Amino acid sequence: MSSSQSNAQSDFQPLLGKAAVLDALGQHPAIKAILAWNEQALTDAKFDRNELTLTIASDQIRAAAQTLQAAGYNFFEDLTAVDWFPASPRFQLSYHILSHRYKERIRLRVLVDEADPAVESITLLWPAANFYEREVFDLFGIRFEGHPNLRRIMMPDDWNGHPLRKDYPVEGYR
Amino acid sequence: MAGSVGTPILEAPIAEGSSDQHLVLNMGPQHPSTHGVLRLVLEIDGEIVVRVYPEIGYLHTGIEKTAEAKFYQQVVPMTDRIDYLSPMANNLCYCLAVEKLLGLEIPEKAQWVRVLLTELTRLNSHLVWLGTHAMDIGALTVFLYTFREREEIQRLFEAVAGQRMMTSYFRIGGLSMEPPLDYFQRVQAFIRTFPEKIDEYSNLLTGNPIFVNRLKGVGLLSAADAIALGVTGPPLRASGIDFDLRRDMPYSSYEKFQFKVPTSTVGDTWARYEVRLIEMRESVKIIQQALDGMPEGPIKADAPKIILPDREKMKTQMEALIHHFKIVTEGFAVPAGEVYQGIESPRGQMGYYVVSDGTAKPYRVHMRNPSFATLQAVETMAKGRLLADLVAVIGSIDIVLGEIDR
Repeated sequence: MSSSQSNAQSDFQPLLGKAAVLDALGQHPAIKAILAWNEQALTDAKFDRNELTLTIASDQIRAAAQTLQAAGYNFFEDLTAVDWFPASPRFQLSYHILSHRYKERIRLRVLVDEADPAVESITLLWPAANFYEREVFDLFGIRFEGHPNLRRIMMPDDWNGHPLRKDYPVEGYR
Repeated sequence: MAGSVGTPILEAPIAEGSSDQHLVLNMGPQHPSTHGVLRLVLEIDGEIVVRVYPEIGYLHTGIEKTAEAKFYQQVVPMTDRIDYLSPMANNLCYCLAVEKLLGLEIPEKAQWVRVLLTELTRLNSHLVWLGTHAMDIGALTVFLYTFREREEIQRLFEAVAGQRMMTSYFRIGGLSMEPPLDYFQRVQAFIRTFPEKIDEYSNLLTGNPIFVNRLKGVGLLSAADAIALGVTGPPLRASGIDFDLRRDMPYSSYEKFQFKVPTSTVGDTWARYEVRLIEMRESVKIIQQALDGMPEGPIKADAPKIILPDREKMKTQMEALIHHFKIVTEGFAVPAGEVYQGIESPRGQMGYYVVSDGTAKPYRVHMRNPSFATLQAVETMAKGRLLADLVAVIGSIDIVLGEIDR
């Protein structure tokens, strides 16, 4: 929670793995809230370049987001996906959640399988996620269960395929 | 092409309580008051707006996809085209994100010039907002006044970057070149007279009964709704949330500047108008501080494998020539990792999420653009009001379609 950023190399003390992060940042409000709720749901953690990343089990994301919302992480800032093709699980969802009180941002990371790419929607917690989930659905083909209006947002409704997947060509014929 | 299976296209849902007495009206994508190619599907009961359904994507150019096929330094010019009214803010956000990945320390002078130019960008963007917003309401004259000053700012951009709009002046590791010799004097001359110009706009609008009646009490947005709907920037602060990334999570040495963050608790279009006007005055103060305390020193970080060498060095030193050739043909490798960098753009919180896999091309670049989230709040603000008020609401959130569709 450094107030100002510095990119100096000496600030780089990446903490990789759940055990290392819990050891060093056990008093962090987000980690405390997650541990009090369900320790099993936290599958991995990382503190790198002054950014905290918590990996949440894919069926627990809505509950985890709810826990953090109650713990003071009140502002949903961003949601997007990364396609790690051909790795498995293929997709990573990155939620960025901001706390106005702690003046700090955390990243929730969810890994999603290619076979049935679907997670629970968080639009009930933050209506702001509506457009973001539609965008991920449109460009990556990941479905959000419980979304009020899961339609394509950028591409035309009759478009074939999901352009931001890595097996979708940048140019030329599909 | 894989991927179309299992992803059904659903029908647009019918809103609860919709009745056949309501008329569905299509507004845009070609409409002078939608600031670009925004299309709104409206459900109206007489002249009362019942439902607003934004249809976007008309400007979708796949910048996020294109970025994955470019070297890191080649992405900078594309970021100009996202929010074309505040190119420097986009440049800054992307460069800060990549610099964070690289662990690069930026020299002080470069950081201060970045602050100075980002604040000029804020003035530039707010001037377009003020002109077009007033024009939507029917006050056509203000546009001519604001564009007079905007022209000055664009000349300042041209002097420093060679381009009026698509500047690409901030580069990974610093600035593309030294500002011209008399540059800071020119900025000083502009800043000296600018506060009077703000008074001039204010005199035209603040006491104008038509303008006041069109804005006061229109488009109310509560603080809770603003947070729930992801609204950021001036609309968020006009709804009573005192949060500004420049002050609360500073970047690029903003912590060294003193400025106030204007807020209002009313949350209507008038409050957003007032907040932005005060913001312009505060920007002038930041620019003045940057001019007064401008440090001396280099404008690029000391990283010959990442930053292109000076032209002079390239033609006289073998090492520099090799580095130049390598950077242009092969790019530079960025350590694997993921970063999210947020800045306060003129429209609100902008964020760049950059993922690197250790190669010279970004694995994923994602932009969080303020207008994209703020657009979701239009329905809340315009519901139950007259159709004409919707135009005031769209003007007051200051959307840029280039950054919504990307």
